[in-house]
Amino acid sequence: MIQPLTTTGSGYELMPKEGAIETQTLEVSMGPHHPSTHGVFRMDVVLDGEEVTRLKPVFGYLHRNHEQLAEQMNWLGSIPFTDRLDYFCSMSNNWAYCHAVEQLAGIKVAERAEYIRVIMAELTRLINHSCLAGFLLSDAGAWGTPLLYAFREREKILDLFEAASGARMMCNYMRFGGVRADVDDDWLAAARKVVGNYPAFLDELEALITGNEILLARTQHIGILPRELAINASITGPMLRASGVDYDIRKVDRYGIYDRFDFRVPLGEVGDVYDRYYVRMLEMRESVKILQQALCDIPEGPFDAGVKMRNFKVPAGDGYGRIEAPKGELGFYLVSEGGTRPYRYHVRAPSFINLTILENMCLGHKVADAMVILGSVDIVLGEVDR
Amino acid sequence: MESLEEIKDRIEAAMAGVRLAIEGKSLVVGRQHLLDVVRFLKDDTGLAMDYCSNLCAVDWLPRTIKTRECDRDVQRDVPGHLEVVYDFYSMAKKHGPLQLRCRTEGREGTPSLPSITPLFRGAEFQEREAFDLYGIRFEGHPDLRRILMWDGFKSFPMRKDYRPPDDYEYEPTPHDEVLEKAKQHWPAPASAPVTPSKPA
Repeated sequence: MIQPLTTTGSGYELMPKEGAIETQTLEVSMGPHHPSTHGVFRMDVVLDGEEVTRLKPVFGYLHRNHEQLAEQMNWLGSIPFTDRLDYFCSMSNNWAYCHAVEQLAGIKVAERAEYIRVIMAELTRLINHSCLAGFLLSDAGAWGTPLLYAFREREKILDLFEAASGARMMCNYMRFGGVRADVDDDWLAAARKVVGNYPAFLDELEALITGNEILLARTQHIGILPRELAINASITGPMLRASGVDYDIRKVDRYGIYDRFDFRVPLGEVGDVYDRYYVRMLEMRESVKILQQALCDIPEGPFDAGVKMRNFKVPAGDGYGRIEAPKGELGFYLVSEGGTRPYRYHVRAPSFINLTILENMCLGHKVADAMVILGSVDIVLGEVDR
Repeated sequence: MESLEEIKDRIEAAMAGVRLAIEGKSLVVGRQHLLDVVRFLKDDTGLAMDYCSNLCAVDWLPRTIKTRECDRDVQRDVPGHLEVVYDFYSMAKKHGPLQLRCRTEGREGTPSLPSITPLFRGAEFQEREAFDLYGIRFEGHPDLRRILMWDGFKSFPMRKDYRPPDDYEYEPTPHDEVLEKAKQHWPAPASAPVTPSKPA
């Protein structure tokens, strides 16, 4: 029987009462082809209105089982493959792998090579952090312009890499006990020039974006990562330091020759997206300081330790070696049975583990903020998926 | 940081029934005591291992180890097992690493180990990766799914006895090695060659 349409009595009302609107949540699959995901990365987001109520990262689209590839070739053979982990920072990936092998095999690194490695790694940090600032602004809606400012400077550093190693991005430059080719005085002079001009670029970039009202509104108190959670979730790198934890492996382990340089470790206070951005800005200024000292002090001498690469063998054993890569702690766990190839080769990838708490940071924020938060984590899918 | 022997003695004194072994630079702990030992490392004020840096699995096939003891050659058979290696550091005290190992019983199917994710959130994705690539079931993990391989994948690709399927490298006109593999996989059809039907 059809109820008569009345506004009173039957429980049928023309206008719903306040707060009684039934809404339903919406599941959105963001990615894998989405400009803000920095590669083939997907976020399964459940939205209540515009608010994120659940977020599960889904990845593996770029998985090529890097670890198994490395276990099937000799020790030297996987250095070019490490370039492709974090393709923005191939120099630091090379260094992390060589560092782990050198620890396991007990190889002493040549003095000049140590300096060259520090120079290359800090230049890589400059590239990574400047481009991150550009990408973050891209995610926040400032399409292109800040990123191109960063890429303009990156070109100059890539030219240096090209002159030293022959390749701009896939450098394949470090070797066990040293580096593959020496750098000459012209190169050092060019590097000094690039490094000398870098603070001016940083000033320019900061003048453009650090005090920008829109950037402040989009990033401050967004995606706060509490200090305790950051430690418990094994977060490393600038993300950890933005949450106020003083842990920089360059200071803690003092690997290589980092004990010889005078630099400070910038820390954040709130742990939001803005802190993560600004910590990176400050870190670049410290990197410039390290670079100036290293370029001044670099000694003459051999650039490798004379390790014979053909039939290179590592004594049986296992070990974990780690360095402070631009994105966090990059470690290699290696098991050797004394042969020409590793028995086990594991990459502890910083951006893979930094993704663990993506959901915690995004809950309760708007979906547009989730992209900015993801941008501030600084992931590279080559490293996440391996 | 204290030496491994001192840490071992302290753990064994603190918890009745826990036996540890030292192998190389790492402590080996039994499955049933793993969580207790990890909790001790985390809560102990002297060690304060608050940071689980690295967690990864290693696949050990059955082996025979030959050693020389008392002028005699001794052969010892080690059954196959999967091993999980944990590297702990302390962010509070800035020391480490302390390496812990835990082994599964055998390597058939999906052997299980206790999950440390309730204690260390940072182990969540790393344990999922070890499950995905090695097939270790971590009991107590909140969300144990495949992470890098796709959901329908059957095997565990990082196991030492994993063989890739022989049709992974599809070629429309296979030649050389791929042709040899393809011959094993697709035997020549017994029937007459199929002729394309003409459109009506």
